[in-house]
Amino acid sequence: MPVDFNFMVGGEAGQGVQSVGFLLAKVFARGGYHVFADQDYESRVRGGHNFFRVRVSDSKVGAIAEDVDVLIALNIDSIELHQAEMATDGIIIFDGEKIKGVSGNHADFLSIPPEKLAEAKAGNKLMANTVALGAALAVVDYDLNTLSAVLVDHFGEGEVADRNIAAAKAGHDFVRPGHRSKSRRLKPLPEARRMLLTGNEAISLGAIAAGCKFMAAYPMTPASSIMEYVAAQSKDLGLVMVHTEDEIAAINMAIGAAYAGVRAMTATSGSGLCLMVEGIGLAGITETPIVIIDGQRPGPAVGLPTRTEQGDLQFVLHAHHGDFPRAVLAPATIEDAFWVMIKAFNWAERYQLPVIILTDQHLASSYATIDRLDLSEVTIDRGMLFSETDDDPSDYMRHRVTKSGVSPRAFPGLGKALVVTDCDEHDEKGHLTEHAEERTAQVQKRLRKSLPLSKEIGTPLKYGSRRAGTTLVGWGSTYGAMHEAVDILRKEGASINMLHLSELWPFPAKAMADALSKASNSYCIESNATGQLARLMKAETGHDVTRRILKFDGRPLTPAYIAEAVRKEGY
Amino acid sequence: MVARSDYAGLKPAWCPGCGNFGILNALNRALIDMKIKPHQVLLVSGIGQAGKLPHYTRGNVFNSLHGRPIPPAIGAKIANSELTVIAISGDGDAYGEGGNHFLHACRRNHDITYLVHNNQVYGLTKGQASPTSDVGFITKTTPYGAASPVNPIAVAIVSGASFVGRGFAGDIDHLANLIRNGISHRGFALIDILQPCVSFNHKNTFQWYKERVYKLEGEKYNPSDKRAALEKALEWGDKIPIGIIYEEDLPIYEDQLPALSREPLVGRGVDVAKVEILFTQFL
Repeated sequence: MPVDFNFMVGGEAGQGVQSVGFLLAKVFARGGYHVFADQDYESRVRGGHNFFRVRVSDSKVGAIAEDVDVLIALNIDSIELHQAEMATDGIIIFDGEKIKGVSGNHADFLSIPPEKLAEAKAGNKLMANTVALGAALAVVDYDLNTLSAVLVDHFGEGEVADRNIAAAKAGHDFVRPGHRSKSRRLKPLPEARRMLLTGNEAISLGAIAAGCKFMAAYPMTPASSIMEYVAAQSKDLGLVMVHTEDEIAAINMAIGAAYAGVRAMTATSGSGLCLMVEGIGLAGITETPIVIIDGQRPGPAVGLPTRTEQGDLQFVLHAHHGDFPRAVLAPATIEDAFWVMIKAFNWAERYQLPVIILTDQHLASSYATIDRLDLSEVTIDRGMLFSETDDDPSDYMRHRVTKSGVSPRAFPGLGKALVVTDCDEHDEKGHLTEHAEERTAQVQKRLRKSLPLSKEIGTPLKYGSRRAGTTLVGWGSTYGAMHEAVDILRKEGASINMLHLSELWPFPAKAMADALSKASNSYCIESNATGQLARLMKAETGHDVTRRILKFDGRPLTPAYIAEAVRKEGY
Repeated sequence: MVARSDYAGLKPAWCPGCGNFGILNALNRALIDMKIKPHQVLLVSGIGQAGKLPHYTRGNVFNSLHGRPIPPAIGAKIANSELTVIAISGDGDAYGEGGNHFLHACRRNHDITYLVHNNQVYGLTKGQASPTSDVGFITKTTPYGAASPVNPIAVAIVSGASFVGRGFAGDIDHLANLIRNGISHRGFALIDILQPCVSFNHKNTFQWYKERVYKLEGEKYNPSDKRAALEKALEWGDKIPIGIIYEEDLPIYEDQLPALSREPLVGRGVDVAKVEILFTQFL
């Protein structure tokens, strides 16, 4: 029997939902399971309702499942709101001394006294959540060894860890055999040494591994944790993260650092990117390599600040006036988020242009287990550089018109070459010009870079039957959910496959047109209200999708949601 | 040896008699006197007539967007701390479009020099009021008179800039000396430069400034006294002080960046062993 099991931790902001959820995910990741976990939270510091889902499986998982097997309810709202999601023999663990009037027939209820046990066994009622964690492991018949090791890592060796271990044991011991069920048993697996990390952590690691030395940003959900992670590593890794006065300063500062010769990036969300738009064009005309991360959330304007959407695709394709090349990438998975950063910096420097990475709140703050990243696979290509040993620095021209459109870069102060560039139209030397021929030559030179760039774009990922009646088409973070939806539907006998894009611009028009020509039905699956990829495909390939399956309530697409929507439309 | 010819740039497209010529001469003179070579300098400008200055001298040049010379100047200085970084703006660029960057560059005390060509009017867009136009100044966009002006000197002092000076484009020797002091100063150095606009400002003319400016260097004045400096900052009208109005030795932003305690960021590679250590934290 394959293992596919779901925990949920629910409670108010400030109750510790995130830390209990994270520890659960960590225990099973350490224990050799594959884990996918997501976070649903409101835009508030205290109160409201938050939850953290941890899916545990013995095979790779890349999405959330909706049935909950074990719910740790830190308040009554969690029971009321999630009871209907409980699996057939699901169980709800709650503090019976605090939460009264619990009723319902969707699940088993296990009342425990976490505060009382924490006080009695660990000497501190603040460790009540760890008691609940111990109880949750007991109901799936999982021992405490891994949790104990995780707690020591989390708190460091010493009294705090010891007391937490005692609290976990109290919760574990409290659970009677009657609350353990064979169907829920999570047996020990061999240790696998996989990494457990969020999309934003993968992005941050990718940037660091790519040699990014400068980041400037302004805090904005869901991108702030990239700033925080990079800032925390800045001393040891020898890089700089500047928390700027606003997003305009952030992108312009990163461009200045990139001009001076370091790999530089910024990160924000859609409405922060609105402020950064002028910088996209500045990087375009000055041909400065820059990586911009847009962690999408529902818009317009402030929208739903802590939730997810794929609503910025058409925006980032067009943000800024005038014609110049850019690249747009949207990682499909958390592992991909690491590798996309390596690619983004290489492309930015190879073609000297802005590269925009589209993630979203779901990818940014979800956790997944991945195989340990292999740094030997990372290659750094800084593109064409000017050599003062081969060429006379007094002849240097930053925007030299070349066949490929790429002009060798020199960095100010590192040699004798003067590096001159301008946001006005400029001549080859970088000085401002209004000359018609020079203007035309510079526009054409910049646009010529699109051709080699477009050859770098990978072919869309295909999954499922080679020939199928229905093809699902999607992009970015919905990959995991779509992949699993295809599996679900194929098990039902559907003739279905999927095409997925994580490299969106320059658009792989020919590859998409070829792939779609074989599909009799094509359903675009997107987390936005209008089908932005569907519009892009129509514009670039002429292909009209048959149906658009769209979700724009701020919650992530799940395999079950997609499968049900496809069934409704017919396959 | 650095010669005048090292700083011979393109032919300026400014109006004959423009105050910008004096500023260009003073900057070139300061750089030559300090024996700084063009390849060691980075000039980051914004948009406006002042923004064109870097093209009319020689150096590394990043001519940036309107209001934005400060952020790229900071980014470049952090990337390569060995560069002499000078940001160049006009009054609209610095105190209007770029006002927020100005405030925060003062507060964080970045180690760059900021020259603001302040002619109290918009030149490039042909004569509209600027953030420093005198109250009541009538232009096409302010037919009933401009609102009261920003006081950049006072704003810089209270916002934490560690060097605040005012120069006059009509006194090149004095201005060159002030720019030298600003470049030598460790920290954010604002030099607001009174600059006649011969085309669009018929009130604050060369003569108008000349009758009013006086040099602090000749006075009994201590620029490290912040209260006295604020008082000087408020002087405007019949008498306008020029020179170093405020100077203090303060920690700079870059001091708190541990990554900058070694060689410049530019040129550093990836420490693979340290990245591997980061990876293990996720196991």
